[in-house]
Amino acid sequence: MSAESITSNAVRRWQKPPLIKSPLLRWALWLGAGIYLALAFGTMDVNWSRAAEGIPRGARFISGFFPPDFISSWDEILAGLNESIWMTVTSTVVGIAISIPIGLGAAKNLAPAPVYYFCRSILALSRSFQEIIIAIFMVKLFGFGPFAGFLTLVIASIGFYGKLLAEDIEDMDPVQAEAIKATGGNWFQWLNYAIQPQVMPRMIGLGLYRLDINFRESAVLGIVGAGGIGATLNTAFDRYEYDTAAAVLLVIIGIVMLVEYTSGYVREKVQ
Amino acid sequence: MAVTEQDGLKIWQRRDRNKQLSIWAGYFIAATVFVVCWQYMSGKTIWMFVWDAPRQAGDIAARMIPPKWSYVNTLWRTIWDTINIATLGTVMALFLAVPTAFCAARNTTPSVRFVRPIALFIIVSSRSINSLIWALILVAILGPGVFAGVIAIGLRSIGFCAKLLYEAIEEIDPGQVEAVTATGAKRPQILAYGIVPQILPAFAGISVFRWDINIRESTILGYVGAGGIGIHLSGSIANLAWTQVSVILLVILATVILSEWVSAKVRHSII
Repeated sequence: MSAESITSNAVRRWQKPPLIKSPLLRWALWLGAGIYLALAFGTMDVNWSRAAEGIPRGARFISGFFPPDFISSWDEILAGLNESIWMTVTSTVVGIAISIPIGLGAAKNLAPAPVYYFCRSILALSRSFQEIIIAIFMVKLFGFGPFAGFLTLVIASIGFYGKLLAEDIEDMDPVQAEAIKATGGNWFQWLNYAIQPQVMPRMIGLGLYRLDINFRESAVLGIVGAGGIGATLNTAFDRYEYDTAAAVLLVIIGIVMLVEYTSGYVREKVQ
Repeated sequence: MAVTEQDGLKIWQRRDRNKQLSIWAGYFIAATVFVVCWQYMSGKTIWMFVWDAPRQAGDIAARMIPPKWSYVNTLWRTIWDTINIATLGTVMALFLAVPTAFCAARNTTPSVRFVRPIALFIIVSSRSINSLIWALILVAILGPGVFAGVIAIGLRSIGFCAKLLYEAIEEIDPGQVEAVTATGAKRPQILAYGIVPQILPAFAGISVFRWDINIRESTILGYVGAGGIGIHLSGSIANLAWTQVSVILLVILATVILSEWVSAKVRHSII
């Protein structure tokens, strides 16, 4: 190859194709994002002097976390942890038990239209409010303590698990379902032998995942008075015992890690 | 699959005896754990309050109606703040999550032994501490306001985005990377032309998904003073202004539904 052809080739440079094809839309999106960011930052009114003051304050604050103090209020941590675990286990079991019929009703290929819309609206409603908002009301209605937290987590689990179950059933292989129908199986046999084996492995994994989420959520429900280790954490913050708070946070991180590894292991075995 | 013969008739069962028994044993253990946890929890519950709850619920519902519609006018500013907290928090999280994800993915990490565990620890600790707890800490450091909320949402979202992103990176097609490597590309070029185009759709999906979750989360940050509509919610509940509470709840519901609609639209157009 001669040098000339190389230089003439070098004029044509290859460029990566853009993600959004239409240049007009692309530039409009960039412009819109720029205007939005300018407006958002413009109206945020950060108190920079207060924030700058916060840096030494933050350093002092963080040094208050060290060393974590597990000993002086270990009994309280243990009690909060126990409460969190009860809440997590019971709410996951009850939530999944309730979400199964709702999830079946919310699958388009299983349920008639009125049932479908009814179940979908239950799922949408239980997913639209943050757990804390539900917990505030539950504490108002059922009094302080783990029962309010339990009910909150049940509602949250229904929305999560029911939706995913319904989507999984909608994605299943219709051939198997038809085969069972062709053998003359009744509705329950159809459910048990055609649909359940198809969705079960994924649903076990998601159940464990929900257990994991419920534990993490139970760590904050205590802030509004719904029991669990969050109550211990909140008390520690209120008393300015930051070393205890650090201990609680480390316990939460440790348990979440443990649950995550176990659930990952079990999920691998099941699938 | 187990087929037994009984009086010359073949009877089919889905599982053989031992497998069925071990499954029943699993259910039995799960049920026992549930009952034990329930026992402890009900010991901590004041059942008198629970039986009183329906009457309480009716009472609160009656006080909430009719919603005080004129109150909406004082909410616009905090709705804007809520959306900003979610959006800016997501943007901040994405900036930090991308390098974390590249360090955590087995196939792109600089060192499996040293860098990867650190990245995984960042992911787990960010995921296990709820945004409300982050907000609690940050309000103490930075002072109350939207800024603390943005950072709280950002810190909480790093783990989620990085986890999903690193899983996407681990699942890329190595053939494309090898092809780019074979052209003599340097490391940054391999990243830009071999890996990034493959994970870009996943990245867009993850960011919109997280934004949707963050809208929900940012509605409660005001409860600990970190800006957004939660300030009005906690204020109205504390003042027992139930007609205002119902307006706020409806506004939150509308915002959440709108954000879910937007994110579903964007995800559909990408995938």
